[in-house]
Amino acid sequence: MNVIIFYILAAVILVCSVLTVTSRKILRAATALMFTLIATAGLYFLLQVNFLAAVQLMIYAGGIVVLIVFSILLTHHMEHQFDLAEPKKAIPAALAAIAGTVICISTVLQFDFTSRLAEQTTAPDVKLFGRAFLNYGEGGYVLPFEVISILLLAAMVAAIMIAKKNKQ
Amino acid sequence: MFLYDFTELTSSIHEGLVSSLGEGLLTTTIEFVIAGIAYLLFFAIFGLFAVYLERKVCAVIQNRPGPNRVGPYGIIQTIADFIKLLMKELIPIKNSDKVLFNLAPFIVITATFLSIGAIPFDKGLQMMDFDIGILYVTAVSSLGVLGILLAGWSSNNKYSLIGAMRSGAQIVSYELSAGLSLMTIIVLAGTMQFSEVVAGQADLWFIFKGHIPAIIAFVIFMIAGTAETNRGPFDLAEAESELTAGFHTEYSGIKFALFYLSEYMNMFVIAAIGTTVFLGGWQPFQIPGLDGFNTVMAYIPPVLWFFLKVFVLIIVMMWFKWTFPRLRIDQLLRLEWKYLLPINLVNLILMATCVLLGWHL
Repeated sequence: MNVIIFYILAAVILVCSVLTVTSRKILRAATALMFTLIATAGLYFLLQVNFLAAVQLMIYAGGIVVLIVFSILLTHHMEHQFDLAEPKKAIPAALAAIAGTVICISTVLQFDFTSRLAEQTTAPDVKLFGRAFLNYGEGGYVLPFEVISILLLAAMVAAIMIAKKNKQ
Repeated sequence: MFLYDFTELTSSIHEGLVSSLGEGLLTTTIEFVIAGIAYLLFFAIFGLFAVYLERKVCAVIQNRPGPNRVGPYGIIQTIADFIKLLMKELIPIKNSDKVLFNLAPFIVITATFLSIGAIPFDKGLQMMDFDIGILYVTAVSSLGVLGILLAGWSSNNKYSLIGAMRSGAQIVSYELSAGLSLMTIIVLAGTMQFSEVVAGQADLWFIFKGHIPAIIAFVIFMIAGTAETNRGPFDLAEAESELTAGFHTEYSGIKFALFYLSEYMNMFVIAAIGTTVFLGGWQPFQIPGLDGFNTVMAYIPPVLWFFLKVFVLIIVMMWFKWTFPRLRIDQLLRLEWKYLLPINLVNLILMATCVLLGWHL
C-alpha cells in the first residue's frame, strides 16, 4: 500500500512540476506549483514526519503560493499568455537543463540507499520542539532561529517602506 | 455500548475485514472507501441540516416564519432546494480559464474535507490522530483560500476578482489570530495531538482550566474563525449589495452548491475545533468535587456532548451573522492587525506566565 501511494504522489509531483514550467498561463503554473508542494507534503506524511509535512503545507502551499497567486491577481490579466521561447534561447537553455539533470541523477545514484532507515527513538512532542528552537546549549537552534526572525523582520519593514513611498 | 467508545466498533470492523480478506491491499482499500463514504454522507446530511438551521435562525432573528411550506416546519425545504440545484444548468463562461474555473470549487471542498478528517467526534471516532493535529488543521484549512482566489480570477469578471482579493487579504490576516489563539491553548495543554488535548479536559474543560487567558483566546478564536469561513459580518468576499455574489458570481448549479456547502462545512470545522480545544471535545461537563453531578453528566453519550457543543457554537456564529452589519475592508484589517493580534500576543505571554507559575486550575 505504501508503495502504491508513493508512486501516486511521485507521479503527481513529476507531472505537476513539468506543468509548472511548461504552462504558458501564469496562474496555471502557480496552481501546478501548489499541487507539487502539496504532494511533497504527502511524501512527508508517508514518511511519518508529520511536523515537517504540516509546516510544508502551512508555509509553502498555504503561505507562499497564496502570496504568488495574490500578486498574479494584482498584476496580470487573464488573457495574458507567455510567448514560446525563440530557438536561439531555447537550445542553450535545454542543454543547460539536460546537463543539470545528468549531474543531479548521477550524484543521487552514487548514494547508498540500502537500509538507512533508523528507528524513531523519541516521539516528537511540542516541548521538544520548543526546547530545540530556543535552546542555546547542546542541540539548540536559537541562533539560526533568531537570525531568520531578524531577516524576516527586515524584509517586512522594507516591504512597508516600499508600499508607503507611493502615497507621499 | 458502542456510543461511549467507538474503538470497539472500529476495531471489530477492522478484524472482520482482516479475517475474511486478510491483511493487505484489499482490506486497506475497503477501509478507505468506508471512511470516505461515511464522511461524504456526513457532509451531505450536515450540509442540508445547517442550511435549514440557518434559514430558521435568520427567520427567528428577523421576526418572520422562515421556510414553512415543504413538509412540517419546512424541514424538507433544503432537500427540495438541493434537488433544484442539481437540476440547474451549468452555464459555461466564454473567455474564462476553463481548467481553473472548474478546478476551484473542488480545491475549496477538498480543503474542508482534509481538515474534518483530524477532528475527534468521539473516543476512537477519528480518521487520523496526528501528533501535530492542531497544526495540521490550521495548515490544511488555509488551502481553501486558493480555491477562492482561483475562482475569482478565472471567472474573468471584475466583481469576482474584487471578491477574491478581499477574501485573500482577509483569510491570510485572520489565520494568524486563529493560529495564535489555538497556540495559547497548546501552551496550556502541552500537546498538539487532538486525542490528548481531549483527554486533558476529562476533569475540567480548558476554557475553565485556563480561566482569563483561555476565555480571551476563545473569544478571539470565534471572531477569527467566523472571518476565516467568510461569513457575515466578515462576508466581504461575497457582499451581495456591492459585488452581486463576489467570487462565485459566475458559478451555477452544482459548482455553486459546492461553494455553498463548503461555507457551512467550514463553519462546522471551526465550531468543532473550538469545541475540541476549548470546550472539552466529547468530554461531558464535569465539576471537580461534585461526584453525583459528574456521574449523571457522564451518562450522556460523548457523541451527543460533541454535537451539542458544536451546535451551540454554530448557533452563536449564525447569531453573529444576522446581528452585526458587514465590516468595510479597512475596518476588517484594522480589527485584525491593530486589535486582535496585539491582544493575542499579550494573551499568549499571560497564558505562559499562568502555566509556569501554576495559576491554572
